[in-house]
Formats: sequence, C-alpha cells, structure tokens
Amino acid sequence: MALKIENISKTFDATPVLRDISLFTEDGEFLALLGPSGSGKTTLLRIIAGLEQPDAGAVRFRDKDLLAKPVRERRIGLVFQHYALFRHMTAAQNIAFGMNAKPRKLRPSRREIRDKVAELLSLVQLDGLGGRYPSQLSGGQRQRVALARALAIEPDLLLLDEPFGALDAKVRRELRRWLRDLHERTGLTTIFVTHDQEEALELADRVALLREGALEQMGTPEEVYHEPASAFVFDFLGDSVSFPCEIKGGVAVIAGAGVPIIGPHPNDGAATAYTRPNGFDVSPGDGPGLAARVRSVLLAGPDARVDCVLDGGGAIEMRLPLDVARKLAPRDRVTVTPRTVRVW
Amino acid sequence: MTAANPRLRRFVEPSALGGFWPALGFTLCYLSFFVLLPLAALALRPWELGASGVWRVLSAPRTVSALELSFGSAFIAACINIVFGTIAAWSLVRYEFPGKRILDALVDLPFALPTAVVGIALTAIYAPHGIMGELLTPFGIRAAYTPMGVIIALIFVGFPFVVRSIQPVLEDLDPEVEEAAATLGAARWRTLTHVVFPAITPAILTGFALAFARAVGEYGSVIFIAGNIPQISEIAPLLIVIRLDEFDYAGAAAIGMAMLSISFVLLFVLNALQAGILRRGAPH
Repeated sequence: MALKIENISKTFDATPVLRDISLFTEDGEFLALLGPSGSGKTTLLRIIAGLEQPDAGAVRFRDKDLLAKPVRERRIGLVFQHYALFRHMTAAQNIAFGMNAKPRKLRPSRREIRDKVAELLSLVQLDGLGGRYPSQLSGGQRQRVALARALAIEPDLLLLDEPFGALDAKVRRELRRWLRDLHERTGLTTIFVTHDQEEALELADRVALLREGALEQMGTPEEVYHEPASAFVFDFLGDSVSFPCEIKGGVAVIAGAGVPIIGPHPNDGAATAYTRPNGFDVSPGDGPGLAARVRSVLLAGPDARVDCVLDGGGAIEMRLPLDVARKLAPRDRVTVTPRTVRVW
Repeated sequence: MTAANPRLRRFVEPSALGGFWPALGFTLCYLSFFVLLPLAALALRPWELGASGVWRVLSAPRTVSALELSFGSAFIAACINIVFGTIAAWSLVRYEFPGKRILDALVDLPFALPTAVVGIALTAIYAPHGIMGELLTPFGIRAAYTPMGVIIALIFVGFPFVVRSIQPVLEDLDPEVEEAAATLGAARWRTLTHVVFPAITPAILTGFALAFARAVGEYGSVIFIAGNIPQISEIAPLLIVIRLDEFDYAGAAAIGMAMLSISFVLLFVLNALQAGILRRGAPH
C-alpha cells in the first residue's frame, strides 16, 4: 500500500469540506478522485501535497507519517489546474526549478540538470521548445511543462488537479491517452482529481467517488459503473432516468408492468426506480407500462434520441436503436417500459 | 522581417474601429501645449548667458553640491522606499489584520497633505528637541538641518508611490505559483528570490522611478527640515528659487535644464530596464 488516508476531516469557516475520508492507493496505481464541484476532492489533494492541514486524521506514505513533513520535503509532484508556471522563466527553467532548489550538497551538476531537462522535454513531447516562455506556449503545451516540472523532482507520488480542465475537447482526448501511456511507462503512483466521469472511467485503475466531502464509493471503473453503491453514483456516472414505482416481491411494478430489479433488492413499498436512457422498450399503442406521447425523434447520431411526455406528468428522454426510432413519429401514442431498474 | 517590422509601420491604423487619428492628434496637441512648450522655453532660456555663462553657473560649487544633494538624496530615499514599500505592500496584500483598511488609507496621506505641512511636522519631530531628535542626539546624530533630514522628508513623500505601484501586481500574483515552488522543494527564501521578486521587479522599478522623480522635484517638505545651508543641505529646487528671487532668470533656467536632462536620462534608463524585463517574461 503506497498512500493511506485515514479518517481525514477538514472544515473551512465552519463548513465541513471533508468528512471522515479513508482511502488508499496501491504502488503504481492510477487513482481518480471523482466528484461534482464542491465535493472536497481538490482539498483532499492539497492535504496530501501538504498545502492544507486536516483537522483530524492521518496520511501515511509507505508507513511514514506524511503530515509531519513540510510541503517541500514530501517529494510529491503536484500539477495545478491552471498549471501555476513561473511566467518569467522559460519552459526549461521551469522544469529545472525543482533540481536547482535542492540544497547544494544534493544538487545535481549543471550538466546533469541540463540533460535531465532535455530528457523530460522529450518525454512530454516538447523537444526544442525549452527556450519558450509560458506565454508563448499553447494550453496543452503549458500543461505538459507543468507535468515535466513536477516529474523533475523524481516524486514518489504524482498529483494532478483537473489536469484537462482548461483544455478544449480534442486536446483533452489526446492528452488523456498520452497521460495513460506516460503512466504505464513511468509506473508512478498517480492521483488525479476530476469532475468528468468519462475521464475518470477511461483513465483510472480505480475511482473514488466523493460527495459533499464524504467517500461515496471506491472501486474499479467497471465496479462503480455496473455496481453503483447509491443513486448518486448511478446518476453521476452517466445519464439516468428515474420514476416512482412500487416494490412487490422483489419486482418493481411500474404502471402495472413488473420490471426486474438488478443489484440489491429493497423491501416492499413505494420507491424510486432508476435506469439509463438506453434501457427502455417502446411499443406502439396502450398496454402495461408508462403511457406516453412522443414529442420528438432525433435520428442524427449513432443511436436515436426520443423524447416522450408521460400521461402522468413529466417527460422521459430515451436513447433507442435507430431502426426502432424510425418507426416513431411525433404525437404517436406509445407505451414505455424499462427493461430493468435499480432501486436503492 | 522587413515588411512586418512594426517600427516601419508605426502610422498604420491598428483597428478597424477608427478613432486613431483624432486620438493621436489630441495627444500630440496636449503634450505640446502642456509639456513640450514649457520644456522648450526652459531649454532655450539659459543660452542668453552664452555657453561659457551656462557652464559657469553649472560648475559653481554651490550648484554642483545642490544637484548632488537633490539627486543623491532622492536616490537614497527611493532605495529605502522600495525596501520598506515592498514589505508594506506585501503585508497589505497577503495578510488580514485588524485596522488593515485604515493602514491602507494612511499610505495615501503623503499624496494628500500639503508638502509644507509635512515639512513643518517633520522639522518639529526631528529638531534637536523634538521627539525623534531627542532620541537621536545621544548617538551624536543630527537629522534636522542636514542631508539626513532631506532624505527623511523625501522618504515620506515617495513612500505611497512605491506601495501603490507594487500592490496591484502582488494582488495579481497567484499564490498557487508560490505553492508550486514549495511542492518542488524550494525553501521560502528561494521562493521569494526566484519566484516572487522576479514577478514584481517591473512594479518595483516603476515605484522606484515614480518615487525618485517625485523626490528630485520636491520642495515644500524639504526646505523646512533641511535648514538650507549652502553646499551642505541646500537642494537644487531651492537654489532655483533663490536665483529667481535675485532676478537671475537665465541662471535659474540653467539649473532647471540640468535637472531636466539628468532626470530624463535616468528615467529613460529605468524605462529601458523595465521594458527589457517585461519582454522576457511577457505576461499573458
């Protein structure tokens, strides 16, 4: 176990930001801290880096107490969301900063620093751009300078705060793939913070979901996606549709139709059922299930988006196969039934 | 690079929105009437005395020592101000403490006070029997009626320029940059010298230039505390006034011209220095 976080709590001005969080990372693992804004994920990252002190709890790295060490002795590389590059230094000077900041006895020679900077520039694919100032680099390039600067101190742990937050969609996807490759090559234990579930599920070995400062669920992307521990996790990891239902003998009864429940089975009684937009069957005319009228059919895309207005009030936005959707037209009367639901 | 050289295209209207020619025309007229014309008059007047006459005025020991005192003490005062002005700006930007807003308002006081009032107040304090004067006397230090008194007055009038130049830049400086330096292993002192100071150096230079320029021309607050002993504590602006009182207008203009030339060269050097720094770390 590389990093172990035990019962961390933190309050800012009487507002609890982190509530009793415990989690760990394995050596060489790529862990995502995922949550909506205000869930405390950046604060947790800053506590690990040493930029904040928790009110309670412990942070251990390879069984050593991290909290007792000041920031600069922790050897934790941190890449800030807005990079925090030194504007008056070139990319190369930025990268060399950590090595130059070492006490004289431990400082590498000038030649070693120069070689290491060249090596890192090439690692982050910025060969030949070492002489540029941050203002002369694009967002994606600045991001990689910040990463190289953090890697230059040969950290035991790498922390990334919303590493792709300030970049446009295309650059994001490219950098994401590249970062995953880089992680595989360096094998560095890495924790990154994100509010983008797609990013977390695609990149991370494991995902820790935070909600209002508490850990909601932790597991591999497959586990959290297919076995969400709560309605919050289910909703956060993808689009979700919910409607009222009645639980009877292990089946959810929705407008007269019995729908099988996956996941844990709740007790009988009224409840809320959840499913994904692509988890519906639609049949024309009336029958057991939710009576609805088609509002719009959008066929542009790999699957079709069909909006229906429910007779009982409310609307449902579904994703249906194109061949099914082509048979529907606005104002058609249909019956909608989820194939399976989850109930918490 | 020839066609795209901005130096060769300096009259090209930079924006489709227009307004360039009226704006430039107005600026040039305004500058001509209020700055260039009086300065030209100042530059022409001394030559009534002939080149040798101008030289005689400027090389007189009394003139030389007055110029030395004015520029020397302005320089020392500006140096002292950038040290303590930076610390004051830092405290006002980075820390929260009771009375901070009052302190912040106090910084501007030297701007607002009539300089003669300042001069009288400082003289009362630093005179041998004043509050500060009594503290200094046992050490054999005399502040009032010496060049030291001149420096004290110039520190007072220059201080707000330094604080107000640095403050906004410090406010803009993201604390994350310092945090980044700390995570990279830099000790606090190294972060200050290698990260914070380079970022605020242009602002410090601006503050220095403003405080220095203000101090060179300062008159009211200095003449009371200086004692105005010729060749010891007599500043150049006072010498100009003395010459005017003697109806020696050309002599006064000669000293004025000398001050103008020296100030212009110094400010030009400071500007060039600053431009050089800004070009390196061009902020976005």
